[in-house]
Amino acid sequence: MAKLKINGKLVDVDVDNSTPLLWVLREQLGLTGTKYSCGIGLCGACTVHIDGKAMRSCTIPVSTLNASQEIVTIEGLSADGSHPLQQAWLELDVPQCGYCQPGMIMSAAALLNANPNPSDADIDANITNICRCGTFNRVRRGIHLAVDINKRGRSS
Amino acid sequence: MSKERVNVSRREFLINTTTIGAGFTLGLYLPLSNNEAVAAEKTAEATATEVPEVNAWVVIKPDDTVIIRIARSEMGQGTLTGLAQLVAEELECDWSKVRTEYPTPGQNLARDRIWGSFSTGGSQGIRGSHQYVRKGGAVARHMLVEAAADAWGVPMEECSVSDSVVTHGPTGRTTTYGKVAKSAAEMIPPNEVELKDPKDWKLIGTPVKRLDTVDKLTGKQVFGADLRLPGMLNAAIKACPVFGGTLKSYDAAKVQKLPGVRAVVAVEDNAVAVVAETWWQAKTALDALPVTWDKGPNTEVSSASIAKMLEEGLSADDAFVGNEVGDAKTAIKSAVKTVEATYAYPYQNHATMEPMNATARWTKDRCEVWCPTQNGEAALQAAIEAAGLPASQCDVYKIHLGGGFGRRGAFHDFVKQAVVIAKQMPGTPVKLLWTREEDMQHGHYHPITQAKLVGGLDEKGNLVGLHMRISGQSILASVNPSWMQNGVDMFTFQGMLPEGDHAISYGVPNLLVEHAMRNPPVPPGFWRGVNINQNAIYIESFIDELAYAAGKDPLEFRRKLMADHPKNLAVLNAVAEKAGWGKPAPKGVHRGLAVCKAFASYVAACAEVSVDRQGKLKIHRIVAATDPGYAVNPQQIEHQVEGSFVFGLSALLYGECTIEGGAVEQKNFSSYPSMLISEMPKVEVIVMPSGGFWGGIGEPTIAVAAPAVLNAIFAATGKRIRQFPLKNSDLRPA
Repeated sequence: MAKLKINGKLVDVDVDNSTPLLWVLREQLGLTGTKYSCGIGLCGACTVHIDGKAMRSCTIPVSTLNASQEIVTIEGLSADGSHPLQQAWLELDVPQCGYCQPGMIMSAAALLNANPNPSDADIDANITNICRCGTFNRVRRGIHLAVDINKRGRSS
Repeated sequence: MSKERVNVSRREFLINTTTIGAGFTLGLYLPLSNNEAVAAEKTAEATATEVPEVNAWVVIKPDDTVIIRIARSEMGQGTLTGLAQLVAEELECDWSKVRTEYPTPGQNLARDRIWGSFSTGGSQGIRGSHQYVRKGGAVARHMLVEAAADAWGVPMEECSVSDSVVTHGPTGRTTTYGKVAKSAAEMIPPNEVELKDPKDWKLIGTPVKRLDTVDKLTGKQVFGADLRLPGMLNAAIKACPVFGGTLKSYDAAKVQKLPGVRAVVAVEDNAVAVVAETWWQAKTALDALPVTWDKGPNTEVSSASIAKMLEEGLSADDAFVGNEVGDAKTAIKSAVKTVEATYAYPYQNHATMEPMNATARWTKDRCEVWCPTQNGEAALQAAIEAAGLPASQCDVYKIHLGGGFGRRGAFHDFVKQAVVIAKQMPGTPVKLLWTREEDMQHGHYHPITQAKLVGGLDEKGNLVGLHMRISGQSILASVNPSWMQNGVDMFTFQGMLPEGDHAISYGVPNLLVEHAMRNPPVPPGFWRGVNINQNAIYIESFIDELAYAAGKDPLEFRRKLMADHPKNLAVLNAVAEKAGWGKPAPKGVHRGLAVCKAFASYVAACAEVSVDRQGKLKIHRIVAATDPGYAVNPQQIEHQVEGSFVFGLSALLYGECTIEGGAVEQKNFSSYPSMLISEMPKVEVIVMPSGGFWGGIGEPTIAVAAPAVLNAIFAATGKRIRQFPLKNSDLRPA
């Protein structure tokens, strides 16, 4: 039994201690926006935020987490799809198949949390998610556009 | 009077078809609770409202929502939006109210394949169906306008339509599609409709946004791997890692008491699966399950043994001829200068981000499968075979794909497995999800080939003869022998053929292209781009080699061979001009070109790269041009071209499956990397539709990605790389 705080809500989950957070999200809580792809923390499809930082949930056993940590999934990034990155992604039609995109967006959101105006080099260093369809150039533009949307939001 | 009689008979017709219609409704109905499966819910959207279809392609609700039925699969390539644009163009409907849904392959069979092919491969989605889907839209428009005219009691010719609003010219009266859809459904479809002249298109050719983006940004989009059905169990599977091996035994007792485990089952003759309450439990138990394999006849097969097999084919007597002009061998013999080179291309995995999966429910009366598939009809066939039930008692519901790239088109091994497992637990839906490791080791790999090229130049440096001998694997021999012609796999010659969708870009006075078929026991498959990928590397690298040997500029050398290939030349010129070919590049940056015709489109690329003293490659910029004839959605074409560089360059930089002991050595992205955003060049896309033909989009550009970069690497380093991927090569300048 583990107590976790997911998207602002406290939840009790009854799973084996070694179960990775990814599978708790997907199978116990029905939050299937966080994806399984490699299972070894490499591809980033399972990226969530833990206390604002991008973490790969497929390799984090639930036993290492506690209820004081704020875990946010793609479903909790915004209430209505209005996060600046989601707006930018929509504006630029970023996704192709879309499978890697929740992880991509969560990685980008964590980058913006830490660095509200990242350079291309910052993006290169921090966005290490795999996308086989090849959305990278639009992901890059999307992050820059989200910065602009953020600025517009603050000045208006 | 005669019209009335027609209408009466139409009513009789409707009564007769109502039975079929009822079956249709049942077929599309998915017995799921509302929250369980968003994707499946969407499929049932149209019929749930009890609105009759106007025709097979179009359903219009009273609120003017237009539902367009799409037979092909959306897997990221944008075909869902493009096909909807084609229907909507002729339908003259309000684009902002367009939604889409997939009919099921079972209904396609039941309705005499009214939606045509479901196959989504070979960059065929739009070019293979543009005619009949536009006709579908035009026929529906005719029936809707006729229904409005009938209601007003005016001649149809006095009515016009735009954005779903029908207007009667003389009186100015208006109505909407939503109001007349029900009566339109009772109209007799016209036998003939005239499709619009391309110059009158308003929606085709415009960069409208994709219809399927919103849910992909919030986690709501349901992919096959995400499906949840009431009472569903989860399965993890392990097949014998050695190709051709079988399952010998397993000790189910060792894992049966582990948490959540419900069953341990053999699957066909080569795999074992654990079924549990959750997938993580199933996977954990499978990892703990003692399994012994009969490794079969291929344990001695290795990359080295395969390479040897292919090397023998390079000079063997037996070879099929794919293209022959004049007498290449004699021309080369009498040439002033000859150039010879041998290239080799490895096995590669599709590595879709979403691993293979399918969900199946089997009872003695019915088998249903939910799966991501590029070909719903092929998935249905696999389900029928595994279920042991008549076709009419099986169906497949297509769920969104997390990537396809050819893996989910011709091969439905995962569907068969899911049905075999579900059959052992009648009535219980079981979702089978492969691990990444299973996906990596049980692919249908990009086939392996080598090619030896010999070219002859005259005293002026003109190409007088070219001989290309391909040795290696045939996809068709393994996958679809019935498509072969007298034992020849013409797909092997993609990019080198005398004419057609994959014709060679050059006029060579004496040309011989041959294939010595050598089929190692590693299953090959159609891999996004298929055989054009390696053939374009071979020919475009070698043309560069010849140009340098002739002391000529690679662009000029190509141009001289392209007098009879104006469209190929046009895309090549476009990239050369935009990239600034012939003008100085930034310091340390070097350029390379490539051009080809693939999937009926003309594509070219100019790459700019630098290589530092340590041999580190940086791809700075690529200019790409595409002439697909008609460009249905220029923005989606740009996406596909950009994405094609990621796919093609990932293959060039890293893509390699090696074989040892009859099995693939790579198990995950750690040993089978894919390029990252930090490696991605700037891509500038020129979409230059010349009209008059329909070319593909999803694959062609992949073919020019690698050779353009390879030619730029040669310009930068003086090194001609002929073995791939590049991770195995030392790029330090010579």
